Amino acid sequence: MNLFIKILKYELNNIMRSKWVIAYFMFFLVITEVLFRFSGDSSRVLVGLMNIALLLIPLVSIIFGTIHFYNSREFMELLLAQPVKRNVLFSASWLGLVLPLSLAYVMGLALPFLLHGTSDFAPYLILLSSGVILSFIFVGLAFIIALKITEKSFGVGLAFIVWLFFGVIYDGLIMLIIWQFSDYPLEAFMIGISSLNPIDLCRITIMLKFDIAALMGYTGAIFEKFFGSLFGIGIAFSMLMAWILIPYLIAKRLFNKKDF
Amino acid sequence: MISIKNLNKSFGKHKVLDDINIEVNSGQITALAGPNGSGKTTLVKAILGLVKPDSGQISIDGANISDNSTYRENIGYMPQINFFPENLSSKEILLMIKDLRNISGNSEFEKGLIEEFELEPHLDKKMNNLSGGTRQKISLVLALMTDPKILILDEASAGLDPASAKKFKDTLRKARNEGKTIILISHILSELEEFADNIIFIIDGKILVASGIKSLIAARGASNLENALADIIELQKKGNLQ
Repeated sequence: MNLFIKILKYELNNIMRSKWVIAYFMFFLVITEVLFRFSGDSSRVLVGLMNIALLLIPLVSIIFGTIHFYNSREFMELLLAQPVKRNVLFSASWLGLVLPLSLAYVMGLALPFLLHGTSDFAPYLILLSSGVILSFIFVGLAFIIALKITEKSFGVGLAFIVWLFFGVIYDGLIMLIIWQFSDYPLEAFMIGISSLNPIDLCRITIMLKFDIAALMGYTGAIFEKFFGSLFGIGIAFSMLMAWILIPYLIAKRLFNKKDF
Repeated sequence: MISIKNLNKSFGKHKVLDDINIEVNSGQITALAGPNGSGKTTLVKAILGLVKPDSGQISIDGANISDNSTYRENIGYMPQINFFPENLSSKEILLMIKDLRNISGNSEFEKGLIEEFELEPHLDKKMNNLSGGTRQKISLVLALMTDPKILILDEASAGLDPASAKKFKDTLRKARNEGKTIILISHILSELEEFADNIIFIIDGKILVASGIKSLIAARGASNLENALADIIELQKKGNLQ
């Protein structure tokens, strides 16, 4: 067994037993079951879950990721004093945190859906994969913050601000731009600017699969034309992969250079 | 033998290690002492590759350590702060470190250490349920259990009860007699005088003294290590140190 797998195994053992990860799983399990019981319609459950997941997953991933990294610093020191390469320790720690968070989310949603069934299989799969992708992205951002900022309280505060920016402020700014420049054709700009925010990108991709884009009028039709095409899907997928890869590579570079 | 040549390290504008040149011999206990923030921990972290030096060279038994991780197979390290994953048990942590060093099973030496430090009842407990002293003992066993050629111990006896501290000293004396290279960071000069062979005293990132402890005390005509070092610090302040 190579060192990466060995470290990953112990990371998973540790984090899967964390009461926070168990609570995260329980939250998605209970909320999905409650939504099923109240609405009874899997499409409505999916829309409700989308709104919760697209805000909660980035928040939990970035805050839990930042705190976990700060709390692991001393143990990382001990592991780096073993015959272990920094690259290997970093990648195993990153994956060791993302996998339990993703699994908690996927299992939390999967169990009630298996129980009640769904006809909206495609949007359901996209909702699940969007959540996993957002976990990867925001844990990467969390590691960058924890590596750049030495002081824990400041780092956690900054992580919250980063989440607030992508989850709330970014959309507010887009709304402001639309309102200010309502006389101009902004559709192409909207597609471009939405692609830069991974949460928006996930939201658009899911919404288009629900056929509710029609409710968004002309803009919805433009979005559907772009993101519904093979080219658009390719662009969205590439952007999300870049959002995973770039923070991961930046954090790995910082980790390799860090003085512990 | 550990050899350090022209080692420099700064954190921002603050120079933490200033042209360090030392040799740490095998079969001896070398104490690293100095005031808080003098650069002791940074120096051992540079040896372990945890801190990247700005310039200079560190070699172990003639081999340069830069961009290499395998040399750490021969080092047992006990950090100053012992913080372990809270959901793993002591046994799992011990297994993990052995796993990373490709060691399987429990050696007689490891069993002896666990017995010596009375850790058997704590092996199945989660790390966050252990007292500070017990965590300190686990950390000590982690450093010693693979029987490495080099031991680097940062404030190792600070949280130990008197009985465990005695066992710790006995273990170190035995390791020295087996020819191991031992670096010990400590503030307790009386303890160092009792069982260390050499002392490296650092102030503001510079080596003030690197000498045998007995020869230092004799050369200064002092009654103990504390007085000898106080004498040297006084002379350094006056600019008369040779």
